[in-house]
Amino acid sequence: MIVTVNGIGTEVPEGTTAEGLLDLLGHRTDRVAMEIDGTICPRGERGTTVLAPGQNIEIVSFVGGG
Amino acid sequence: MGSHVATALARTGVGRMVIADFDTVDPTNLFRQCYVPSDVGRRKTEALSESLLRIEPDLDLEVFDGEVTEENACDVFSGCDVVCECFDRPDMKAMLVESILSGTSGTVVVSCSGMAGFGSSNLIATERRMSRLYVCGDGFSESGEGPGLTAARVMVCAGHVANMAVRIVLGDDKP
Repeated sequence: MIVTVNGIGTEVPEGTTAEGLLDLLGHRTDRVAMEIDGTICPRGERGTTVLAPGQNIEIVSFVGGG
Repeated sequence: MGSHVATALARTGVGRMVIADFDTVDPTNLFRQCYVPSDVGRRKTEALSESLLRIEPDLDLEVFDGEVTEENACDVFSGCDVVCECFDRPDMKAMLVESILSGTSGTVVVSCSGMAGFGSSNLIATERRMSRLYVCGDGFSESGEGPGLTAARVMVCAGHVANMAVRIVLGDDKP
């Protein structure tokens, strides 16, 4: 199925979870904030949140320094 | 970052400000943060409060001296229209963004990512990444690599954060 990740159509297997998507894309999961269709997907819910076709997903990854 | 952002906001005349930090001033902070040698060893919140109130005696300043966590973030910044995220650690940045956006209905977060080194100032930009999240920085210049965090570039990024916060308070949500 196709989901939109940061504006780009991305093919992922059916049943992929939010956590699974972060792994597929090679993100360090503790360093990202993730929104699905305009709602934050908290880290505690990523493992059980199954993605649906057509969803808009925004992943913001942070680097250190401040 | 945080001390520069707070200083700019105090000079701009924001009414109420909450500052939060658990740390004390370390000699290495003097290279880039808004502290002076006589502040070394003091609580950062105490040293910064004194400086902010010298700049703007009428500032309605609240201080939280402690660790901001997933559990207390929304309480610490309760009533704030905008939260400026100025953590050093990337996992703490993600934690604060997630906590404020999921735990409040209208608070906007202006965050920062990527301001280390001596790279071009022009690579630092403000982007709107979510409906209530703006991120300032170049996105890749990480602390702990190469020259680390440097005063001028940190101040460029802090200027982006503070200006976006002011723009939001004034009702302009464009980055």
